[in-house]
Amino acid sequence: MSEQQTITLYPSRQFKDNARAALQDGELRTSLRTAMDYLMAKRLSAFPDGDELATLRTLGETIRQRCLAKLPELLEKLEAQLTVNGVQVHWAETTEQANEIIHDLIARRGGTLAVKGKSMVSEETELNHYLEARGVTAVESDMGEYIVQLAGEKPTHIIMPAIHKTKAHIAQLFHDKLPDTPYTEDVDSLIRIGRNALRDLYLKADVGLSGVNFAVAETGTLCLVENEGNGRMCTTVPDMHIAITGIEKVVEKLTDVVPLYSLLTRSAIGQPITTYFNMISSPRKTGEKDGPREVHLVLLDNGRSQAYADEQLRKTLQCIRCGACMNHCPVYTRIGGHAYGTTYPGPIGEIISPHMLGLENTKDLPTASSLCGACGEVCPVKIPIPEMLMRLREEEQRPAGEVVAHPLRGQGAAHTGKEALAWRTWRGLFGQPGAYKLFGWAATRLRGLTPPGQLGWTQNHVPLKPAAKTLHQLVRERDAARR
Amino acid sequence: MSARDNILAKLRAAPRSAPVEPDIAAHFEHFGPRWNEVEALRHWAAMMRSVKTDIVWCHAADWPQRLAEQVKARPVRSLLLAPQTAHGALAHAALEHNPLLTLKSFDRVVDEWKDELFNDTDAAFTAVRCGIAATGTLVLWPDADEPRTMSLVPPTHFALFDTRTLHADFHTAMTREAWPNGMPTNALLVSGPSKTADIQLTLAYGAHGPRDLVVLAVLPHHLTVAQLEDAA
Repeated sequence: MSEQQTITLYPSRQFKDNARAALQDGELRTSLRTAMDYLMAKRLSAFPDGDELATLRTLGETIRQRCLAKLPELLEKLEAQLTVNGVQVHWAETTEQANEIIHDLIARRGGTLAVKGKSMVSEETELNHYLEARGVTAVESDMGEYIVQLAGEKPTHIIMPAIHKTKAHIAQLFHDKLPDTPYTEDVDSLIRIGRNALRDLYLKADVGLSGVNFAVAETGTLCLVENEGNGRMCTTVPDMHIAITGIEKVVEKLTDVVPLYSLLTRSAIGQPITTYFNMISSPRKTGEKDGPREVHLVLLDNGRSQAYADEQLRKTLQCIRCGACMNHCPVYTRIGGHAYGTTYPGPIGEIISPHMLGLENTKDLPTASSLCGACGEVCPVKIPIPEMLMRLREEEQRPAGEVVAHPLRGQGAAHTGKEALAWRTWRGLFGQPGAYKLFGWAATRLRGLTPPGQLGWTQNHVPLKPAAKTLHQLVRERDAARR
Repeated sequence: MSARDNILAKLRAAPRSAPVEPDIAAHFEHFGPRWNEVEALRHWAAMMRSVKTDIVWCHAADWPQRLAEQVKARPVRSLLLAPQTAHGALAHAALEHNPLLTLKSFDRVVDEWKDELFNDTDAAFTAVRCGIAATGTLVLWPDADEPRTMSLVPPTHFALFDTRTLHADFHTAMTREAWPNGMPTNALLVSGPSKTADIQLTLAYGAHGPRDLVVLAVLPHHLTVAQLEDAA
């Protein structure tokens, strides 16, 4: 695949426009609704015992909180153990640093082709563009990721990247982009086309890139969860394997992965287990006949330490990236992942992206929620997502100059003079009985003057109009009638 | 300061409370399956079959013969095995008389014959370290004799599984076998042939790894195939 890809990016400040456009797209909405209904039903069937689910979620939460409480020590232990095992560890504070490290490693071997297993962190760093601009082609090998890369898009879901596409879209895409490919909507044939296109690349690739689901400090083991086998290909066939992950992915003990893995696959896709659970602890040892001779791990911060600094916001980092919060979110289900304009969409994206991109770039995300609470209820590690959203709403309204213990990047980004005035007026009216009474009197008499267009409200609702009588009046009348 | 130092310094500066120690063992003790030997095997087989795995029950005396029959019944013209291992030697002896089959061994590093491995090797035969009943899983610890790509690249994987090594769940397998004391280069859980549902949620097998997984499940003497197939 030598063709330069054009990726469509939607800055998250355009969230409202994107959401509006997505809502008008009937085909997209049907795809999403069908997929999310399916995934919700699958998850439910994977947890037939409510007691087991409740206990397992608490166990998952406790494990993640224990690992986060020891995070700096565990990262050092992971590094030490991996180094003993022969894996080289690199640290990156920013996405730019991470990309540089990876490019340098590839360039050192004169590499020009990398095959990639699924890695949301590499989406976060925009690694493919970075490498492409420097003469290294990075090909996504997860079927869904391969499809969105061919289409020049970003994944719309962290587990099901191409969930917004129908088989007709994919048939056309393969027909248009892959040489000598006939148009077919038969899914088995489409998968075979993808398989054949990628198999050659595993052979030729200089480097395999992957993400990490759990990095075990105790044994220095990188765990990868997958169904397709492309992750195994990328981490086994090329002579160099570079894994990239966020600093929060470290777990203390090997036994920690057992409940977390069970929670992950059951919550994500309702499977009791995935086809492969790939545990990598070292490069090829003397005498072994395959596997990469070099294995590298890049640990990325990119705003995670900001979330870590505050004990409440730290819970964001408990996430094991199952996507269940998206599948159950009434907002995500209606607009899909692209509208968010961020690597991580849906509820988890709303609470993690502000740390990565700053509230100034994500100010619409904390309010892209009805606070229905479904995300928090299904989260396998019990992240109180609605509570996090409320906190971020507070932080984005906090005046930029206000000094707080843990300032967030972009603090006060959603603060506007108009909104502040509205709340001051509200407080004035509702805090003083006389003013409140006067307001009620005026509103019921002037109700005929309410305008038909009321800013954002009337885009989706009928105009607000005060009632003819205040609640106080109605109660007084009712009491009088009873007497 | 390096990126490493900066990151660790930021993390260390954060307030931290003493963590609660989770009791993982107690969870699996309480909620883990309680099966007898036959129930565990039936569950394991049902789970594996639900993801398109072929289970061939056999015994120590007849598995090479069963393997030969399975190979013959499939479009397999070349098969990779490890004749230097005891099980590989038995398989080799059972298969070498098949005139339509070329037997190969992983006798040099992969770099020297990647093309052939990818484009001209129909199947591979490997042993299995142990199994997991709850999820219908095989555990592989590839090594110098049976390298990682054997169970990954050829389109059909024949796996020899001694059913006496079946554990109830992943936690039991990991703790009874003391994995935390030392992990190999690569350890794998395999639950079926490779698959994907990335196109419109339609399940398709043979995404990148093997399309077919055939397990020769070797039963102990006291169990008969009929005992397992009654309800499996």
